[in-house]
Amino acid sequence: MTGETFRIGFLPLVDAALPILAHELGFAAREGVAIELVRDMTWATVRDRLLYGHTDAAHLIAPLAIATALGRDRPAVSLAVPFVLGLNGNAVTFSSALAIEVGLGETLGDPAAVGAALKRVAAARKAAGNPLRFGVVHRYSSHNYMLRYWLAGVGIQPDADVEIVVTSPPFAADALAAGEVDGICVGEPWNSIAVDRGAGHIALATAQIWRRGVEKVLAVRSDVVETRRSAVEALVRALHAAAARFVEPGTAEESADILARREYLDAPREAILRAITDRIRLVPGGAPVHYPDFMFQYREAANFPWRSQAAWLYSQLVRWDHLAFSPADAATASAVFRPDIYRAALAGSGAPLPGASSKLEGGLAEPIGAGSTQGRLMLGSDRFFDHRAFDPDDIPGYLSELP
Amino acid sequence: MARAMRIAIIDTSTTRAAIISDGLREAGLDDLVVIDPAGPLVAQIEAAQPEVVLVNLENPGRDLLEDFFAMSRALARPIAMFVDQSDAEATGAAIDAGVSAYVVDGLSKQRIKPVIDLAVRRFQAFSRLQRELDEAKSALAERATIDRAKAILMKRRGIDEPAAYALLRGQAMRSSRRIAEIAEAILTSEALMGDGA
Repeated sequence: MTGETFRIGFLPLVDAALPILAHELGFAAREGVAIELVRDMTWATVRDRLLYGHTDAAHLIAPLAIATALGRDRPAVSLAVPFVLGLNGNAVTFSSALAIEVGLGETLGDPAAVGAALKRVAAARKAAGNPLRFGVVHRYSSHNYMLRYWLAGVGIQPDADVEIVVTSPPFAADALAAGEVDGICVGEPWNSIAVDRGAGHIALATAQIWRRGVEKVLAVRSDVVETRRSAVEALVRALHAAAARFVEPGTAEESADILARREYLDAPREAILRAITDRIRLVPGGAPVHYPDFMFQYREAANFPWRSQAAWLYSQLVRWDHLAFSPADAATASAVFRPDIYRAALAGSGAPLPGASSKLEGGLAEPIGAGSTQGRLMLGSDRFFDHRAFDPDDIPGYLSELP
Repeated sequence: MARAMRIAIIDTSTTRAAIISDGLREAGLDDLVVIDPAGPLVAQIEAAQPEVVLVNLENPGRDLLEDFFAMSRALARPIAMFVDQSDAEATGAAIDAGVSAYVVDGLSKQRIKPVIDLAVRRFQAFSRLQRELDEAKSALAERATIDRAKAILMKRRGIDEPAAYALLRGQAMRSSRRIAEIAEAILTSEALMGDGA
Protein backbone atom coordinates (compact mmCIF):
# COMPACT_ATOMS: atom_id res chain seq x y z
CA MET A 1 0.00 0.00 0.00
CA THR A 2 0.87 3.63 -0.24
CA GLY A 3 1.88 4.53 3.31
CA GLU A 4 0.08 7.85 3.00
CA THR A 5 -0.74 10.12 5.90
CA PHE A 6 -4.05 11.84 6.55
CA ARG A 7 -4.14 14.72 8.98
CA ILE A 8 -7.71 14.77 10.27
CA GLY A 9 -9.20 17.72 12.13
CA PHE A 10 -11.75 17.11 14.89
CA LEU A 11 -13.56 18.66 17.82
CA PRO A 12 -13.69 16.94 21.22
CA LEU A 13 -16.94 15.00 20.75
CA VAL A 14 -17.89 11.35 21.18
CA ASP A 15 -18.72 11.09 17.48
CA ALA A 16 -15.09 11.83 16.60
CA ALA A 17 -14.64 8.20 17.68
CA LEU A 18 -14.15 6.56 14.30
CA PRO A 19 -11.03 8.38 13.08
CA ILE A 20 -9.57 8.23 16.61
CA LEU A 21 -10.19 4.49 16.94
CA ALA A 22 -9.07 3.82 13.35
CA HIS A 23 -5.76 5.33 14.39
CA GLU A 24 -5.45 3.91 17.92
CA LEU A 25 -6.61 0.36 17.17
CA GLY A 26 -4.58 -0.11 14.01
CA PHE A 27 -7.38 -0.14 11.41
CA ALA A 28 -5.68 2.67 9.49
CA ALA A 29 -2.29 0.95 9.58
CA ARG A 30 -3.91 -2.24 8.31
CA GLU A 31 -5.11 -0.28 5.27
CA GLY A 32 -1.70 1.26 4.74
CA VAL A 33 -2.60 4.78 5.82
CA ALA A 34 -1.44 6.78 8.81
CA ILE A 35 -3.76 9.15 10.67
CA GLU A 36 -2.63 12.24 12.54
CA LEU A 37 -5.37 13.89 14.56
CA VAL A 38 -5.60 17.68 14.89
CA ARG A 39 -7.78 18.86 17.76
CA ASP A 40 -9.54 22.21 17.67
CA MET A 41 -12.22 24.05 19.64
CA THR A 42 -14.41 25.63 16.96
CA TRP A 43 -15.92 24.38 13.72
CA ALA A 44 -14.67 27.51 11.96
CA THR A 45 -11.08 26.48 12.70
CA VAL A 46 -11.64 22.85 11.68
CA ARG A 47 -13.10 24.07 8.37
CA ASP A 48 -10.34 26.61 7.70
CA ARG A 49 -7.59 24.08 8.31
CA LEU A 50 -9.33 21.75 5.85
CA LEU A 51 -9.85 24.42 3.18
CA TYR A 52 -6.27 25.64 3.25
CA GLY A 53 -4.53 22.30 3.44
CA HIS A 54 -3.51 22.25 7.09
CA THR A 55 -5.48 19.04 7.30
CA ASP A 56 -6.37 16.47 4.62
CA ALA A 57 -9.77 15.57 6.04
CA ALA A 58 -12.09 16.61 8.83
CA HIS A 59 -14.70 15.37 11.28
CA LEU A 60 -17.30 17.95 10.30
CA ILE A 61 -20.92 18.89 10.87
CA ALA A 62 -22.62 17.86 7.63
CA PRO A 63 -24.43 21.16 6.88
CA LEU A 64 -21.14 23.06 7.10
CA ALA A 65 -19.71 20.87 4.33
CA ILE A 66 -22.70 21.78 2.18
CA ALA A 67 -22.64 25.49 3.06
CA THR A 68 -18.92 25.54 2.17
CA ALA A 69 -19.52 23.88 -1.20
CA LEU A 70 -22.27 26.42 -1.89
CA GLY A 71 -20.07 29.37 -0.91
CA ARG A 72 -22.27 30.65 1.88
CA ASP A 73 -20.44 33.60 3.50
CA ARG A 74 -17.20 32.90 1.68
CA PRO A 75 -15.84 31.78 -1.69
CA ALA A 76 -17.14 28.30 -2.54
CA VAL A 77 -14.78 25.35 -2.15
CA SER A 78 -15.82 21.97 -3.52
CA LEU A 79 -15.93 19.33 -0.78
CA ALA A 80 -16.54 15.59 -0.90
CA VAL A 81 -18.14 13.42 1.76
CA PRO A 82 -17.26 9.78 1.07
CA PHE A 83 -18.28 8.52 4.53
CA VAL A 84 -20.81 9.44 7.21
CA LEU A 85 -19.26 9.25 10.69
CA GLY A 86 -22.61 8.63 12.35
CA LEU A 87 -26.28 9.41 12.77
CA ASN A 88 -27.71 11.38 15.71
CA GLY A 89 -26.00 11.22 19.13
CA ASN A 90 -27.01 14.77 20.08
CA ALA A 91 -29.50 16.01 22.66
CA VAL A 92 -31.47 19.06 23.67
CA THR A 93 -30.69 20.02 27.26
CA PHE A 94 -32.71 22.57 29.23
CA SER A 95 -31.43 24.60 32.15
CA SER A 96 -32.72 23.29 35.48
CA ALA A 97 -35.04 26.30 35.72
CA LEU A 98 -36.53 25.73 32.28
CA ALA A 99 -36.84 22.00 32.96
CA ILE A 100 -39.02 22.79 35.97
CA GLU A 101 -41.12 25.35 34.08
CA VAL A 102 -41.72 22.91 31.24
CA GLY A 103 -42.31 20.07 33.69
CA LEU A 104 -39.75 17.60 32.34
CA GLY A 105 -40.12 14.14 33.86
CA GLU A 106 -37.58 11.48 34.78
CA THR A 107 -37.86 9.82 31.38
CA LEU A 108 -37.53 11.14 27.84
CA GLY A 109 -40.81 12.83 26.98
CA ASP A 110 -42.73 12.77 23.72
CA PRO A 111 -41.35 15.54 21.45
CA ALA A 112 -44.84 16.90 20.69
CA ALA A 113 -45.83 16.98 24.38
CA VAL A 114 -42.55 18.55 25.54
CA GLY A 115 -42.91 21.00 22.66
CA ALA A 116 -46.44 22.00 23.65
CA ALA A 117 -45.29 22.74 27.20
CA LEU A 118 -42.26 24.61 25.90
CA LYS A 119 -44.50 26.68 23.63
CA ARG A 120 -46.41 28.02 26.64
CA VAL A 121 -43.20 28.98 28.44
CA ALA A 122 -41.72 30.52 25.27
CA ALA A 123 -44.82 32.66 24.76
CA ALA A 124 -44.77 33.90 28.36
CA ARG A 125 -41.07 34.71 28.19
CA LYS A 126 -41.47 36.53 24.89
CA ALA A 127 -44.39 38.56 26.29
CA ALA A 128 -42.22 39.48 29.28
CA GLY A 129 -39.58 40.83 26.90
CA ASN A 130 -37.10 38.13 27.86
CA PRO A 131 -37.40 35.47 25.17
CA LEU A 132 -36.00 31.98 25.69
CA ARG A 133 -32.52 31.61 24.29
CA PHE A 134 -31.06 28.40 22.87
CA GLY A 135 -27.46 27.65 21.99
CA VAL A 136 -26.55 25.56 18.94
CA VAL A 137 -23.03 24.63 17.91
CA HIS A 138 -22.88 26.42 14.58
CA ARG A 139 -25.14 28.23 12.20
CA TYR A 140 -24.59 25.39 9.70
CA SER A 141 -25.05 22.44 12.03
CA SER A 142 -27.53 19.59 12.18
CA HIS A 143 -28.11 20.78 15.76
CA ASN A 144 -29.44 24.08 14.49
CA TYR A 145 -31.60 22.34 11.89
CA MET A 146 -32.92 19.64 14.24
CA LEU A 147 -33.76 22.14 16.97
CA ARG A 148 -35.49 24.46 14.48
CA TYR A 149 -37.33 21.56 12.85
CA TRP A 150 -38.73 20.55 16.23
CA LEU A 151 -39.55 24.08 17.40
CA ALA A 152 -41.31 24.99 14.15
CA GLY A 153 -43.14 21.66 14.24
CA VAL A 154 -44.64 22.39 17.64
CA GLY A 155 -45.64 25.93 16.72
CA ILE A 156 -42.66 27.90 18.02
CA GLN A 157 -41.18 30.14 15.33
CA PRO A 158 -37.40 29.87 15.77
CA ASP A 159 -36.64 33.35 14.39
CA ALA A 160 -39.47 35.16 16.14
CA ASP A 161 -40.52 33.40 19.35
CA VAL A 162 -37.11 32.47 20.76
CA GLU A 163 -33.48 33.44 20.22
CA ILE A 164 -30.98 31.00 18.79
CA VAL A 165 -27.31 31.78 19.36
CA VAL A 166 -24.10 29.92 18.64
CA THR A 167 -21.90 28.27 21.23
CA SER A 168 -19.15 25.87 20.15
CA PRO A 169 -19.46 22.37 21.68
CA PRO A 170 -16.72 22.64 24.34
CA PHE A 171 -18.37 25.81 25.71
CA ALA A 172 -22.03 24.76 25.56
CA ALA A 173 -22.25 23.27 29.06
CA ASP A 174 -20.51 26.38 30.45
CA ALA A 175 -22.97 28.67 28.68
CA LEU A 176 -25.88 26.73 30.19
CA ALA A 177 -24.32 26.73 33.66
CA ALA A 178 -23.62 30.48 33.43
CA GLY A 179 -27.24 31.20 32.52
CA GLU A 180 -26.28 32.66 29.13
CA VAL A 181 -28.76 30.32 27.46
CA ASP A 182 -31.88 28.45 28.62
CA GLY A 183 -31.14 25.40 26.53
CA ILE A 184 -28.48 23.85 24.31
CA CYS A 185 -28.49 21.43 21.42
CA VAL A 186 -25.06 19.83 21.34
CA GLY A 187 -23.29 16.51 20.88
CA GLU A 188 -21.99 14.28 23.64
CA PRO A 189 -20.39 14.35 26.14
CA TRP A 190 -21.42 18.01 26.58
CA ASN A 191 -25.07 17.34 27.47
CA SER A 192 -24.03 14.73 30.02
CA ILE A 193 -21.40 17.05 31.45
CA ALA A 194 -24.08 19.74 31.88
CA VAL A 195 -26.32 17.22 33.69
CA ASP A 196 -23.49 15.86 35.87
CA ARG A 197 -22.65 19.43 36.89
CA GLY A 198 -26.24 19.97 37.91
CA ALA A 199 -26.65 22.67 35.25
CA GLY A 200 -29.39 21.07 33.19
CA HIS A 201 -31.84 18.28 32.33
CA ILE A 202 -31.79 16.46 29.02
CA ALA A 203 -35.16 17.10 27.38
CA LEU A 204 -34.86 15.17 24.14
CA ALA A 205 -32.44 13.09 22.13
CA THR A 206 -32.21 14.41 18.57
CA ALA A 207 -32.97 10.84 17.49
CA GLN A 208 -36.50 11.55 18.76
CA ILE A 209 -36.79 14.42 16.28
CA TRP A 210 -35.46 12.41 13.34
CA ARG A 211 -34.85 8.74 14.06
CA ARG A 212 -32.05 8.47 11.49
CA GLY A 213 -30.71 12.00 11.22
CA VAL A 214 -27.39 12.48 9.44
CA GLU A 215 -24.76 13.90 11.79
CA LYS A 216 -20.97 14.21 11.43
CA VAL A 217 -19.29 13.39 8.15
CA LEU A 218 -15.77 12.84 6.92
CA ALA A 219 -15.14 15.84 4.67
CA VAL A 220 -12.29 15.98 2.16
CA ARG A 221 -11.51 18.64 -0.43
CA SER A 222 -12.62 17.46 -3.86
CA ASP A 223 -9.21 18.15 -5.37
CA VAL A 224 -7.62 15.96 -2.70
CA VAL A 225 -10.03 13.16 -3.60
CA GLU A 226 -8.96 13.52 -7.25
CA THR A 227 -5.24 13.31 -6.53
CA ARG A 228 -5.33 10.76 -3.69
CA ARG A 229 -8.30 8.63 -4.67
CA SER A 230 -6.90 5.23 -3.67
CA ALA A 231 -5.66 6.51 -0.33
CA VAL A 232 -9.08 8.09 0.37
CA GLU A 233 -10.68 4.72 -0.34
CA ALA A 234 -8.24 3.05 2.05
CA LEU A 235 -9.20 5.62 4.70
CA VAL A 236 -12.89 4.82 4.14
CA ARG A 237 -12.17 1.12 4.69
CA ALA A 238 -10.26 1.91 7.89
CA LEU A 239 -13.12 4.03 9.22
CA HIS A 240 -15.66 1.35 8.30
CA ALA A 241 -13.65 -1.26 10.21
CA ALA A 242 -13.43 1.10 13.18
CA ALA A 243 -17.22 1.57 13.05
CA ALA A 244 -17.78 -2.20 13.13
CA ARG A 245 -15.54 -2.44 16.15
CA PHE A 246 -17.15 0.56 17.86
CA VAL A 247 -20.59 -1.10 17.97
CA GLU A 248 -19.33 -4.58 18.88
CA PRO A 249 -20.56 -5.63 22.33
CA GLY A 250 -17.83 -5.48 24.97
CA THR A 251 -15.74 -2.79 23.28
CA ALA A 252 -17.41 0.27 24.80
CA GLU A 253 -15.11 0.45 27.84
CA GLU A 254 -12.00 0.40 25.70
CA SER A 255 -13.41 3.04 23.34
CA ALA A 256 -14.34 5.26 26.29
CA ASP A 257 -10.84 4.87 27.78
CA ILE A 258 -9.25 6.03 24.53
CA LEU A 259 -11.68 8.87 23.82
CA ALA A 260 -11.41 10.27 27.37
CA ARG A 261 -7.68 10.84 26.98
CA ARG A 262 -6.28 14.31 27.20
CA GLU A 263 -5.27 14.51 23.54
CA TYR A 264 -8.76 13.54 22.36
CA LEU A 265 -11.86 14.58 24.35
CA ASP A 266 -10.16 15.36 27.67
CA ALA A 267 -13.51 14.64 29.29
CA PRO A 268 -14.91 12.27 31.96
CA ARG A 269 -14.79 8.66 30.84
CA GLU A 270 -18.12 7.81 32.51
CA ALA A 271 -20.04 10.43 30.51
CA ILE A 272 -18.47 9.17 27.29
CA LEU A 273 -19.25 5.56 28.17
CA ARG A 274 -22.91 6.39 28.79
CA ALA A 275 -23.20 7.99 25.34
CA ILE A 276 -21.54 5.05 23.59
CA THR A 277 -23.83 2.57 25.30
CA ASP A 278 -27.02 4.61 24.65
CA ARG A 279 -27.58 5.05 28.41
CA ILE A 280 -28.34 8.69 29.08
CA ARG A 281 -28.52 10.31 32.50
CA LEU A 282 -31.34 12.82 32.03
CA VAL A 283 -31.41 14.49 35.43
CA PRO A 284 -28.60 15.23 37.89
CA GLY A 285 -28.08 12.23 40.17
CA GLY A 286 -30.61 10.13 38.23
CA ALA A 287 -30.14 6.60 36.95
CA PRO A 288 -29.19 6.49 33.25
CA VAL A 289 -32.09 5.75 30.89
CA HIS A 290 -31.54 3.32 28.04
CA TYR A 291 -32.55 4.90 24.74
CA PRO A 292 -31.66 2.51 21.87
CA ASP A 293 -29.88 4.01 18.84
CA PHE A 294 -29.13 7.27 20.65
CA MET A 295 -25.89 7.12 18.67
CA PHE A 296 -25.93 5.19 15.41
CA GLN A 297 -22.52 4.46 13.97
CA TYR A 298 -22.66 1.33 11.84
CA ARG A 299 -25.79 -0.76 11.30
CA GLU A 300 -28.09 -0.30 8.30
CA ALA A 301 -25.18 1.04 6.25
CA ALA A 302 -25.25 4.10 8.53
CA ASN A 303 -21.93 5.28 7.06
CA PHE A 304 -23.27 5.35 3.49
CA PRO A 305 -23.49 8.95 2.24
CA TRP A 306 -27.03 9.09 0.88
CA ARG A 307 -27.48 11.99 -1.53
CA SER A 308 -30.99 12.43 -0.13
CA GLN A 309 -29.45 13.27 3.28
CA ALA A 310 -27.46 16.07 1.65
CA ALA A 311 -30.61 17.20 -0.15
CA TRP A 312 -32.53 17.36 3.15
CA LEU A 313 -29.78 19.49 4.68
CA TYR A 314 -29.93 21.76 1.64
CA SER A 315 -33.70 22.09 2.11
CA GLN A 316 -33.14 23.26 5.68
CA LEU A 317 -30.42 25.68 4.59
CA VAL A 318 -32.90 27.23 2.14
CA ARG A 319 -35.56 27.26 4.85
CA TRP A 320 -33.56 28.96 7.60
CA ASP A 321 -31.31 31.19 5.51
CA HIS A 322 -34.52 32.35 3.78
CA LEU A 323 -33.21 31.63 0.30
CA ALA A 324 -35.08 30.80 -2.87
CA PHE A 325 -34.86 27.16 -3.95
CA SER A 326 -32.29 26.76 -6.72
CA PRO A 327 -32.10 23.51 -8.74
CA ALA A 328 -28.41 24.21 -9.42
CA ASP A 329 -27.60 24.65 -5.71
CA ALA A 330 -29.63 21.56 -4.86
CA ALA A 331 -27.55 19.58 -7.35
CA THR A 332 -24.28 21.01 -5.96
CA ALA A 333 -25.35 20.19 -2.40
CA SER A 334 -26.39 16.62 -3.23
CA ALA A 335 -23.14 16.05 -5.12
CA VAL A 336 -21.10 16.76 -1.97
CA PHE A 337 -22.13 13.31 -0.72
CA ARG A 338 -20.15 10.72 -2.68
CA PRO A 339 -21.70 7.24 -2.55
CA ASP A 340 -19.51 6.33 -5.54
CA ILE A 341 -16.35 6.54 -3.43
CA TYR A 342 -17.97 4.60 -0.58
CA ARG A 343 -19.00 1.82 -2.98
CA ALA A 344 -15.61 1.64 -4.68
CA ALA A 345 -13.83 1.51 -1.32
CA LEU A 346 -15.96 -1.29 0.10
CA ALA A 347 -16.61 -3.35 -3.04
CA GLY A 348 -15.59 -6.94 -2.39
CA SER A 349 -15.86 -6.58 1.40
CA GLY A 350 -18.78 -7.93 3.40
CA ALA A 351 -20.30 -4.45 3.80
CA PRO A 352 -23.83 -4.05 2.48
CA LEU A 353 -23.87 -1.60 -0.44
CA PRO A 354 -27.20 0.09 -1.21
CA GLY A 355 -28.28 -0.15 -4.83
CA ALA A 356 -29.69 3.37 -4.83
CA SER A 357 -27.86 6.60 -3.93
CA SER A 358 -30.93 8.44 -2.74
CA LYS A 359 -34.05 7.48 -0.83
CA LEU A 360 -37.22 8.88 0.64
CA GLU A 361 -36.10 10.20 4.06
CA GLY A 362 -38.48 9.63 6.94
CA GLY A 363 -40.67 7.24 4.98
CA LEU A 364 -40.14 4.08 7.02
CA ALA A 365 -42.34 3.26 10.00
CA GLU A 366 -41.11 -0.34 10.25
CA PRO A 367 -37.80 -2.05 9.43
CA ILE A 368 -37.67 -3.17 5.82
CA GLY A 369 -35.26 -4.92 3.47
CA ALA A 370 -33.73 -2.56 0.92
CA GLY A 371 -32.14 -3.14 -2.48
CA SER A 372 -28.41 -3.76 -2.35
CA THR A 373 -25.71 -4.64 -4.83
CA GLN A 374 -23.66 -6.39 -2.15
CA GLY A 375 -24.61 -7.86 1.23
CA ARG A 376 -28.04 -7.82 2.82
CA LEU A 377 -29.36 -4.40 3.72
CA MET A 378 -32.07 -3.73 6.31
CA LEU A 379 -33.26 -0.22 7.06
CA GLY A 380 -34.99 0.60 10.34
CA SER A 381 -37.65 3.19 11.00
CA ASP A 382 -36.34 6.61 10.01
CA ARG A 383 -39.36 8.72 10.98
CA PHE A 384 -39.40 12.41 11.75
CA PHE A 385 -41.35 13.16 14.93
CA ASP A 386 -44.13 14.79 12.87
CA HIS A 387 -44.27 11.88 10.41
CA ARG A 388 -43.51 14.03 7.38
CA ALA A 389 -41.39 12.42 4.68
CA PHE A 390 -38.80 14.13 2.50
CA ASP A 391 -38.71 13.39 -1.22
CA PRO A 392 -35.33 14.63 -2.53
CA ASP A 393 -36.87 15.04 -5.99
CA ASP A 394 -39.44 17.53 -4.76
CA ILE A 395 -37.71 19.95 -2.40
CA PRO A 396 -39.99 22.92 -3.29
CA GLY A 397 -43.08 20.82 -2.57
CA TYR A 398 -41.61 19.69 0.75
CA LEU A 399 -40.66 23.24 1.76
CA SER A 400 -44.09 24.60 0.88
CA GLU A 401 -45.73 22.19 3.31
CA LEU A 402 -43.44 22.80 6.27
CA PRO A 403 -44.74 25.11 8.98
CA MET B 1 -7.30 58.47 -1.90
CA ALA B 2 -9.44 55.91 -0.18
CA ARG B 3 -10.54 56.74 3.33
CA ALA B 4 -8.95 55.04 6.30
CA MET B 5 -9.88 51.40 6.73
CA ARG B 6 -10.99 50.44 10.21
CA ILE B 7 -9.45 47.22 11.47
CA ALA B 8 -10.66 45.32 14.51
CA ILE B 9 -8.24 42.96 16.27
CA ILE B 10 -9.59 40.07 18.29
CA ASP B 11 -7.02 37.96 20.03
CA THR B 12 -7.01 35.74 23.09
CA SER B 13 -3.49 37.02 23.71
CA THR B 14 -3.45 40.72 24.59
CA THR B 15 0.31 40.79 24.05
CA ARG B 16 -0.05 39.56 20.49
CA ALA B 17 -2.88 42.02 19.87
CA ALA B 18 -0.54 44.81 20.98
CA ILE B 19 2.25 43.57 18.73
CA ILE B 20 -0.11 43.50 15.74
CA SER B 21 -1.56 46.95 16.39
CA ASP B 22 1.93 48.40 16.71
CA GLY B 23 2.85 46.95 13.35
CA LEU B 24 -0.29 48.20 11.65
CA ARG B 25 0.26 51.66 13.07
CA GLU B 26 3.85 51.72 11.85
CA ALA B 27 2.49 50.90 8.39
CA GLY B 28 0.16 53.86 8.59
CA LEU B 29 -2.97 51.84 9.29
CA ASP B 30 -4.01 53.58 12.45
CA ASP B 31 -7.80 53.27 12.53
CA LEU B 32 -7.64 50.31 14.90
CA VAL B 33 -9.96 48.85 17.48
CA VAL B 34 -8.57 46.20 19.83
CA ILE B 35 -11.44 44.09 21.12
CA ASP B 36 -11.31 43.17 24.80
CA PRO B 37 -11.28 39.36 24.87
CA ALA B 38 -12.99 39.35 28.27
CA GLY B 39 -15.87 41.55 27.14
CA PRO B 40 -18.90 40.78 24.97
CA LEU B 41 -17.51 40.00 21.50
CA VAL B 42 -20.50 40.79 19.34
CA ALA B 43 -21.45 44.06 21.06
CA GLN B 44 -17.90 45.37 20.71
CA ILE B 45 -17.73 44.50 17.00
CA GLU B 46 -21.12 46.04 16.43
CA ALA B 47 -19.99 49.28 18.06
CA ALA B 48 -16.68 49.32 16.16
CA GLN B 49 -18.17 48.84 12.66
CA PRO B 50 -14.87 47.58 11.19
CA GLU B 51 -14.11 46.88 7.53
CA VAL B 52 -11.59 44.20 8.41
CA VAL B 53 -11.56 41.85 11.39
CA LEU B 54 -8.35 40.07 12.27
CA VAL B 55 -8.81 37.18 14.67
CA ASN B 56 -6.49 34.45 15.84
CA LEU B 57 -7.33 31.16 14.10
CA GLU B 58 -7.89 29.29 17.34
CA ASN B 59 -10.01 31.96 19.00
CA PRO B 60 -12.85 30.17 20.85
CA GLY B 61 -15.33 32.83 19.71
CA ARG B 62 -15.06 32.17 15.98
CA ASP B 63 -18.26 30.14 15.47
CA LEU B 64 -20.19 32.82 17.32
CA LEU B 65 -18.49 35.54 15.30
CA GLU B 66 -19.35 33.91 11.98
CA ASP B 67 -22.97 33.63 13.02
CA PHE B 68 -22.97 37.31 13.86
CA PHE B 69 -21.46 38.20 10.48
CA ALA B 70 -24.03 36.12 8.65
CA MET B 71 -26.85 37.68 10.64
CA SER B 72 -25.63 41.24 10.15
CA ARG B 73 -25.40 40.64 6.42
CA ALA B 74 -29.00 39.54 6.52
CA LEU B 75 -29.77 42.91 8.04
CA ALA B 76 -27.74 45.72 6.54
CA ARG B 77 -24.01 45.38 6.79
CA PRO B 78 -22.22 42.89 4.58
CA ILE B 79 -19.15 41.64 6.42
CA ALA B 80 -18.60 37.98 5.98
CA MET B 81 -15.88 36.93 3.60
CA PHE B 82 -12.67 35.12 4.28
CA VAL B 83 -9.63 36.37 2.40
CA ASP B 84 -9.83 36.04 -1.36
CA GLN B 85 -9.71 32.49 -2.66
CA SER B 86 -7.68 33.57 -5.70
CA ASP B 87 -4.70 34.13 -3.45
CA ALA B 88 -4.49 30.66 -1.98
CA GLU B 89 -0.80 30.90 -1.18
CA ALA B 90 -1.15 34.02 0.97
CA THR B 91 -4.18 32.52 2.67
CA GLY B 92 -2.26 29.33 3.37
CA ALA B 93 0.50 31.41 4.95
CA ALA B 94 -2.09 33.15 7.11
CA ILE B 95 -3.53 29.84 8.33
CA ASP B 96 -0.01 28.53 8.99
CA ALA B 97 0.73 31.59 11.07
CA GLY B 98 -2.59 31.25 12.91
CA VAL B 99 -4.31 34.30 11.47
CA SER B 100 -7.87 34.38 10.29
CA ALA B 101 -9.60 37.37 8.75
CA TYR B 102 -13.03 38.62 7.77
CA VAL B 103 -13.49 41.55 5.44
CA VAL B 104 -16.39 43.62 4.25
CA ASP B 105 -17.70 42.32 0.97
CA GLY B 106 -16.36 44.34 -1.94
CA LEU B 107 -13.24 45.67 -0.26
CA SER B 108 -10.46 45.49 -2.83
CA LYS B 109 -7.80 42.85 -2.56
CA GLN B 110 -5.05 45.47 -2.97
CA ARG B 111 -6.17 47.10 0.24
CA ILE B 112 -6.59 43.90 2.26
CA LYS B 113 -3.43 42.09 1.27
CA PRO B 114 -0.93 44.39 3.05
CA VAL B 115 -2.98 44.09 6.24
CA ILE B 116 -3.03 40.31 6.12
CA ASP B 117 0.65 40.09 5.18
CA LEU B 118 1.57 42.33 8.06
CA ALA B 119 -0.58 40.40 10.52
CA VAL B 120 1.07 37.16 9.36
CA ARG B 121 4.56 38.57 9.92
CA ARG B 122 3.60 39.83 13.37
CA PHE B 123 2.01 36.52 14.32
CA GLN B 124 5.17 34.74 13.23
CA ALA B 125 7.32 37.17 15.21
CA PHE B 126 5.12 36.55 18.23
CA SER B 127 5.47 32.75 17.92
CA ARG B 128 9.23 33.14 17.64
CA LEU B 129 9.30 35.29 20.77
CA GLN B 130 7.13 32.82 22.60
CA ARG B 131 9.32 29.91 21.56
CA GLU B 132 12.41 31.74 22.80
CA LEU B 133 10.67 32.56 26.04
CA ASP B 134 9.63 28.93 26.52
CA GLU B 135 13.17 27.79 25.85
CA ALA B 136 14.55 30.31 28.29
CA LYS B 137 12.02 29.23 30.90
CA SER B 138 12.83 25.55 30.50
CA ALA B 139 16.58 26.28 30.58
CA LEU B 140 16.05 28.11 33.87
CA ALA B 141 13.98 25.25 35.26
CA GLU B 142 16.66 22.76 34.23
CA ARG B 143 19.35 24.74 35.95
CA ALA B 144 17.35 24.79 39.17
CA THR B 145 16.86 21.02 38.96
CA ILE B 146 20.57 20.44 38.42
CA ASP B 147 21.43 22.72 41.37
CA ARG B 148 19.10 20.79 43.66
CA ALA B 149 20.48 17.44 42.51
CA LYS B 150 24.01 18.69 43.15
CA ALA B 151 23.01 19.74 46.66
CA ILE B 152 21.61 16.27 47.37
CA LEU B 153 24.77 14.57 46.11
CA MET B 154 26.99 16.92 48.12
CA LYS B 155 25.10 16.17 51.29
CA ARG B 156 24.72 12.41 50.78
CA ARG B 157 28.25 11.76 49.61
CA GLY B 158 30.07 14.49 51.46
CA ILE B 159 31.63 15.89 48.29
CA ASP B 160 32.06 19.40 46.97
CA GLU B 161 30.13 21.05 44.18
CA PRO B 162 32.58 20.42 41.29
CA ALA B 163 32.69 16.74 42.28
CA ALA B 164 28.91 16.53 42.43
CA TYR B 165 28.65 18.09 39.00
CA ALA B 166 31.31 15.72 37.63
CA LEU B 167 29.30 12.80 38.99
CA LEU B 168 26.14 13.99 37.23
CA ARG B 169 27.98 14.63 34.02
CA GLY B 170 29.75 11.27 34.06
CA GLN B 171 26.47 9.42 34.62
CA ALA B 172 24.83 11.40 31.82
CA MET B 173 27.59 10.51 29.39
CA ARG B 174 27.60 6.84 30.32
CA SER B 175 23.82 6.54 29.88
CA SER B 176 23.59 8.91 26.88
CA ARG B 177 21.08 11.11 28.64
CA ARG B 178 21.00 14.79 29.37
CA ILE B 179 22.37 16.06 32.68
CA ALA B 180 18.96 17.55 33.48
CA GLU B 181 17.36 14.10 33.11
CA ILE B 182 19.85 12.55 35.54
CA ALA B 183 19.21 15.42 37.97
CA GLU B 184 15.46 14.87 37.60
CA ALA B 185 15.90 11.17 38.44
CA ILE B 186 17.90 12.06 41.54
CA LEU B 187 15.18 14.44 42.73
CA THR B 188 12.53 11.78 42.14
CA SER B 189 14.41 9.10 44.04
CA GLU B 190 15.16 11.55 46.82
CA ALA B 191 11.46 12.34 47.10
CA LEU B 192 10.62 8.63 47.29
CA MET B 193 13.51 7.32 49.36
CA GLY B 194 15.11 10.31 51.05
CA ASP B 195 14.94 10.57 54.81
CA GLY B 196 13.25 13.93 54.52
CA ALA B 197 16.00 15.57 56.53
